[in-house]
Amino acid sequence: MKVIIRNPKRREVELEGKGWRVQDVLKHLDLNPESVLVMRAGELLTRDEHVKTEDTIEVLSAISGG
Amino acid sequence: MRCVKCPDKAVIELRRHHSPFCKPHFIEYFENQVERAVRRQGMLSPDDRIMVAVSGGKDSLTLWYVLNRMGYNTTGLHIHLGIGEYSDASYDATLAFAKQHDLEVTTVDLSKTYGMNVPDLSKALRRVACSGCGLSKRYIMNKEAHERGFDVVATGHNLDDEAATLMGNVLHWQMGYLARQAPVLEATTEKLVKKVKPLYTVTERETAAYALLHGIDYVEEECPNAFGAKSLLYKDALNRIELESPGAKHQFLLQFFENARPRLEVGADEHELRDCAICGQATTTEVCAFCRMWQQAKRRVEQKEERRQLREAEAAAPTT
Ligand code: SF4
Ligand SMILES: [Zn+2]
Ligand SMILES: [Zn+2]
Repeated sequence: MKVIIRNPKRREVELEGKGWRVQDVLKHLDLNPESVLVMRAGELLTRDEHVKTEDTIEVLSAISGG
Repeated sequence: MRCVKCPDKAVIELRRHHSPFCKPHFIEYFENQVERAVRRQGMLSPDDRIMVAVSGGKDSLTLWYVLNRMGYNTTGLHIHLGIGEYSDASYDATLAFAKQHDLEVTTVDLSKTYGMNVPDLSKALRRVACSGCGLSKRYIMNKEAHERGFDVVATGHNLDDEAATLMGNVLHWQMGYLARQAPVLEATTEKLVKKVKPLYTVTERETAAYALLHGIDYVEEECPNAFGAKSLLYKDALNRIELESPGAKHQFLLQFFENARPRLEVGADEHELRDCAICGQATTTEVCAFCRMWQQAKRRVEQKEERRQLREAEAAAPTT
């Protein structure tokens, strides 16, 4: 599964294995679910959603500074 | 996860309200929140001419979108700060949005109107960019709204922005700032236009979701000067608390507005307002903070230029 972290600095992470749920992905990457939104193919995902090995998900940080 | 209001699949979960929502019910929730904030706080009247401060980011564009959808009479104000690519992208996003939604927008170019952009101003003052930038934005917003006859200025500050500001003010016990932090600042004189923050009860994450669900094309890029800002540290700290105890963030802010702030107003020093000797805007001092800052910046630039000319003359002088 591919995870694209869109901002503030764009980076991509490849995760191995099956049975990932959105909340596990966030925990694994040390991202706070209160600060981000997770999307797959432009659709928002809740934390209980399962992500398939062939999926690409995007994480968008909702927090801006300034 | 199912929507709390219907059998459809949820697209977002708001733990602070124990509510997963499907798309239509989330949109309904969000707009209700804004509508209630506007009504309860007496922010806007149906016949008000509203100037919306738009940076091109998700909060200000979402605010503009929602107010327009609610039928208010809005005009955007965009200030071009001259912060490299970030400012160009922000300008483009604002104008594209205005065009797409057939909305009016006024723009002020800091460098063209006042002689320096934010990076130059910061260099001249030898101060962090945000201090000159923030002061300039606040001043220009009020001035443009006043001169163009607007009744109120609306800004996109959300719950996280306000809670982070509150945390900063509490950590340093800034009593003056605490007394003035509010979702509505009434016009105290004819020259100070009323300021409102209609998004103060919705979180940054909710605002981002609303923008995404409506395909609002905002600037995702951050201002380069925002990295390392204290507000980000406070937001992060608050969201860690929020994760362990959902609702803590809005309790912190809303209880402050409801219970703590009214007690601060008594005794908060009320300075008498007068006209700035240079620009005529309302101020408590002889020359307003904005004019003082620009005077200082211009003086520094002139001094630098004089020194440069002197060095050049010395270099050109024939040596004996
Ligand atoms: S981060 Fe600082 S410099 Fe950048 S827009 Fe905000 S206030 Fe201005
Ligand atoms: Zn629903
Ligand atoms: Zn002035």
